[in-house]
Amino acid sequence: MAGSRLWVSLLLGASLTFWASAVWPWPQYIQIYSQCYTLYPNNFQFRYHVSSAAQPGCVVLDEAFRRYRNLLFGTGSWPRPNFAGKQQTEGKNMLVITVMTAECNEFPSLESVENSNTCLELELQPSWPKLLLLSLEGHQVSRSTEDNFFPCRSSTKIKDFPRFPHRGLLLDTSRHYLPLSTILGTLDVMSYNKFNVFHWHMVDDPSFPYESFTFPELTRKGSYNPVTHIYTSQDVREVIEYARLRGIRVVAEFDTPGHTLSWGPGIPGLLTPCYSGSLPSGTFGPVNPSLNSTYDFMSTFFLEISSVFPDFYLHLGGDEVDFTCWKSNPNIQAFMKKKGFTDFKQLESFYIQTLLDIVSDYDKGYVVWQEVFDNKVKIRPDTIIQVWREEIPVDYMKEMEQITKAGFRALLSAPWYLNRIAYGPDWKDMYKVEPLGFHGTPEMRNLVIGGEACMWGEYVDSTNLVSRLWPRAGAIAERLWSSNQTTDMEFAYKRLSHFRCELLRRGIQAQPISVGYCEQEFEHT
Amino acid sequence: EPPSPRRARGSRLLLALLVLLAQAPGIPAKPSPPLWPMPQSVKMSPQLLHIDVETFYIDHGPNSTAGPTCSLLQEAFRRYYDYIFGSYKKRYDIDESELEPQLEQLQVSIALESQCDCFPNESSDESYSLLVQYPVAFLKANRVWGALRGLETFSQLVYQNSYGTFNINVSNIADSPRFSYRGILIDTSRHYLPVRVILKTLDAMAFNKFNVLHWHIVDDQSFPYQSVTFPQLSNKGSYSLSHIYTPSDVYKVLEYARIRGIRVIPEFDSPGHTQSWGQGEKDLLTPCYNERKKAEGVGPINPILNTTYTFFATFFKEISEVFPDHFIHLGGDEVDFTCWASNPDIQNFMKKKGFGKDFTQLESFYIKKILDIVTTLNKSSIVWQEVFDNRVELQPGTTVEVWKSDNYFEELSVVTASGFPVILSAPWYLDLISYGQDWTKYYKVDPLNFEGSKKQKQLVIGGEACLWGEYVDATNIIPRLWPRASAVGERLWSPQNVTDVQDAYNRLAIHRCRMIRRGIAAQPLFTGYCPKYENKME
Repeated sequence: MAGSRLWVSLLLGASLTFWASAVWPWPQYIQIYSQCYTLYPNNFQFRYHVSSAAQPGCVVLDEAFRRYRNLLFGTGSWPRPNFAGKQQTEGKNMLVITVMTAECNEFPSLESVENSNTCLELELQPSWPKLLLLSLEGHQVSRSTEDNFFPCRSSTKIKDFPRFPHRGLLLDTSRHYLPLSTILGTLDVMSYNKFNVFHWHMVDDPSFPYESFTFPELTRKGSYNPVTHIYTSQDVREVIEYARLRGIRVVAEFDTPGHTLSWGPGIPGLLTPCYSGSLPSGTFGPVNPSLNSTYDFMSTFFLEISSVFPDFYLHLGGDEVDFTCWKSNPNIQAFMKKKGFTDFKQLESFYIQTLLDIVSDYDKGYVVWQEVFDNKVKIRPDTIIQVWREEIPVDYMKEMEQITKAGFRALLSAPWYLNRIAYGPDWKDMYKVEPLGFHGTPEMRNLVIGGEACMWGEYVDSTNLVSRLWPRAGAIAERLWSSNQTTDMEFAYKRLSHFRCELLRRGIQAQPISVGYCEQEFEHT
Repeated sequence: EPPSPRRARGSRLLLALLVLLAQAPGIPAKPSPPLWPMPQSVKMSPQLLHIDVETFYIDHGPNSTAGPTCSLLQEAFRRYYDYIFGSYKKRYDIDESELEPQLEQLQVSIALESQCDCFPNESSDESYSLLVQYPVAFLKANRVWGALRGLETFSQLVYQNSYGTFNINVSNIADSPRFSYRGILIDTSRHYLPVRVILKTLDAMAFNKFNVLHWHIVDDQSFPYQSVTFPQLSNKGSYSLSHIYTPSDVYKVLEYARIRGIRVIPEFDSPGHTQSWGQGEKDLLTPCYNERKKAEGVGPINPILNTTYTFFATFFKEISEVFPDHFIHLGGDEVDFTCWASNPDIQNFMKKKGFGKDFTQLESFYIKKILDIVTTLNKSSIVWQEVFDNRVELQPGTTVEVWKSDNYFEELSVVTASGFPVILSAPWYLDLISYGQDWTKYYKVDPLNFEGSKKQKQLVIGGEACLWGEYVDATNIIPRLWPRASAVGERLWSPQNVTDVQDAYNRLAIHRCRMIRRGIAAQPLFTGYCPKYENKME
C-alpha cells in the first residue's frame, strides 16, 4: 500500500509489556523505563564510539549493522519522517557501540567474552557481545498492522552476559543431507537465540558428505550422491565464515570407532570385517583397532581436519561402539590376546587413547561422548565430556556429578534431544532443566561449560528441520544464557510466543507453541 | 536399555539402502511398482516404452463424452504433463532405451455423461482402467473423476532413467477405491491457514487420491469464516481482519478442490466449541452463573431461546448455498454441561421439558432442532459420535464420525447395527505425534475389523486423517501431514489385502520423493535421501 506512513507513538502502558515480552533469551539485568523513544528507519544508525577498539572496517560489526538494520526495518527505502509531530526525541536515533577488544578478524573461541551493556546510547564490553546485543535490539521494534513500524521503543538499560560459555546446537548431516542454505539459515536463527556453537555431526553410518581433499574416495564412495550430496571445502569454508560473522564457533564431529559404516567403501581395510563362524560374512563393524594402517589413516585424516576447522576443539565421538563384530573376528581376538585385554572396553580404550594422542599432537582439544569417560579411557585433563544418555548407566545428573568430580569439563545434552518429539508443548520440560542441578562443590559446577540441543537426523531433513528446531531450541538457548533465576514458566511462555512471531516476521518457519496467531504468518510453502 | 535415537537400526538401514537401489532409475522395482496408493489390479510387463517429451501428449479419445470444452480435464492434462516432465533435462548421452518402442500419446475417454462441470459427491464414480501399450495408452473412465485418478496413476508409472530418458512399462491397470469417503481434516480455527496452504494441501491430497477436505473452519479460538449474512461473526470473532476467509477465498478453495475431484465438507461445530461465535452474535451463547449470579464467562450455544434457532436457520441457509456438497458437518462433540447446569433459566427449561438432571437430553433437544433445520435445506448431516452415543433421534442417512480412540471398533459395530453410515477417524489423529515411524501404526488399521454383518460393513463409507490445529499452522502443516496421511490414503483406497508394511515402506519412500519433486515438503520416513531433488526444498 502506498499510503502515507505514520509514525505512531504508542501509549506506554500497553507497549512496555510487549517490548519486554518479545526479548529472548532474557538478559541478566534489564530495566525498562517509562520514557519512550522513536526510531526512524531512514536516519537511525549504528555507530562506533570514538573510544571503541573496533572502528569502521571491522567486518564482523559492519556486517552485523547491516543485518540488524534489515531485521529492524526491512530492506525497503524509507521516506523522511514528518517531524511536525511531538513524537521526536532528539539525539536518540543511533546505537553507539563501544568494544573493549576488537577481535574483528578472529574466530570466536570458548574463552570469548560475550558481555554487553546496553543503555539507550550503549556502550559495549569486549568483543563478541555486540552481536548479541544487536539481536536483542531486533526484538524491540515491531510492525504495526498498517505495515508501518512502531518506532517507539521504551528506554531500557540492559547489562548482559551469558551464564554458560558453550551454548550449542547439533545438526546431523549424515542421516539426511542438509543443503548448505539450510545450514546457513540455521546459523541465522542460532544467532537470534544467542547460541554460539554449531556442533556439526558431519558423518555417520548412512553417509559421508564431507569432501576430504586427502581422501576424496570417502565422499566418492560414501556419500548419498558424490555430486549433489556433499560438502565441498568451499561449502565448509562458507559455513565457518558465516558462523564467525555471527559469533558462532563450528565444532566438527568425526565420530569413531563406531558410527563409521560410510567410511568403509572409500577406505578399504579401515573397518573390521565381521565373521560368521570361521568366514567373513561380508558385513563390517567399527573401525579396526588392531591394524597400524588404521592409525596411519587417522593421523593423516585428522591432520586435514585440524587445518580445515579453525576451532580449538574437535568432537571425536566415541559413542555406542557395538562389540559383536569385534568379538566375531579371529584377528581381533588374537590382537586382544597379544595385548592381554580381557574386555572389549579395553580394546575400545586402546583405540581411543591412540586417537586422542594423534589429535593432541595437532594442538587441538577434544570433546567426546560420555562413553569414553564411562569406559575409563585415559584422557587428557582438559577433555570435554558430553553427556547424552538420560538414564543409563546412571541418571544424567549423576553422570554430570561424576564427570565433574573426576575433574573434567562437562557439556549437557541428555534432556535436550530435539529430534524426540511428542504431542504438546514439550519445550517446557527442556526449559525446566537446571544444568547444575546435581550434588557438587562450586568447583565442580564451574566445570559445566554449557550444553547442547541435539537434532539427530533419522527423521529430519530440510522439509521439517526448521519448524522442528524453532522455537523449541529457544527454550534451551535461554536456559544456557539467562540467569538461573529466569524460571517463571508463564513469563517464558509469553515471551517465547512473541519471539516465535518475531521469527516468523524474519521469515523463519518457527512452529506454534499453542493456539493463537501472529500478525505476519508464515508465507512460503 | 532404553531406545536410543542415536542407535543405527541395522535392518532399517539396510532397508533404506534397498529403497535407494530400487529408486535408481533403470532397475525395475522388484516387489511391486512404486505406485501409491496401490491400485486394485496391476499387470505390468517388463517391456519398456520410451516417451519423447517433445512429442508426447495427453488428449481426449475420439469417443469420449468430454472434449476440449471440459476445462477440468484440460487443466488436469496440463498439470500432469508438468508433474511427469517438470524435472526434464535432456542429456545427450546415447541411451539404449530410446531404441525401445515409443509411447506417443495418452488418450483419455469418458464413457458416460462426463460430469465435467459438476461437483464431485458421495457417489461419484472414481473407477478407471489404464492400458499402456505401443503406441498409444488408453485411460478409460465412466466419469471425469475416474480420469483424474487414472492420470495420477499414469504419472506415477513414468520414470526417468539415468540417461534422462522417460520410460514406462507396458501395463494394464484396473482400479477403483475401496471406500468412497477418504478425507483429510484441517482445522483453521486454532491456527489460521493461509489459502495458499490449503490449496497446497489439496494438491497433495490429489497425489494420494483423497477425495474429501473436511474443513473444520471455526471453533472456540477464532471464527475466520466471513459470513455474508452475519459479517460480525468474523469481524469480531476472527484473530484479526487479515485472518479470515472471504467468500472469494472460499470459492477459490471449492473450485480448486472440484477440479481435483475433491469434495469440501465444511464443519460448523455446535453447541460446544463455539466461544468465538459469541463475540459477533449477542445472546447466542449461554451465560454461566456462579452461585446464582451471572459470571463473566459464557458456555455452549444457548439451547432454550427461539432466537438461537432463527439464527441457525438463517446461518445454515447461507452455508448450504455457499458450500455445494450435500453434506454439512454439524459437530456436536465434547459439550461441557457445567455452564448449562449453572444457569437458572436453563434449569427451569429443563424442568419444564421434563429432562430432569440429564443434560444429554437438552443437548439432544438442541441437536435435533439443528438437524431438522439442515434437513429442510435439503442437506445431509455428519455428526461426531457423541450425538449418536447420547441417543439423539437421527434422520436416516445421517453419518456418524467415530473419533474416540477407546474401543472404536465396538463403536463402529454399534453405530452400523443401528443402520447409520459411519466414517472412521479415531486411529488417525495425525496431530498426536510421537518419535519414529508412526505411519506404520496408521497403515495397519483395517476399518472393517469389527464384529458385524456384511450389511453393517457396507455402512462404513470410509475414514479420514485429522490434523487438529493446536500445534499446527502454515509453518509445519505440510511435513506433518505428508507422508503420514499417505498411509491412511492407501488404507482407504487399496484392496484389503494390501498390507505388506515392508513393501509399503519401499513404495512410500519413493512416493514421498515424488511429492517433494512436485513441491510438497513431505518429511522423511527414515534415514536416506531423494536422488537429485534434495535441493528443491530450499
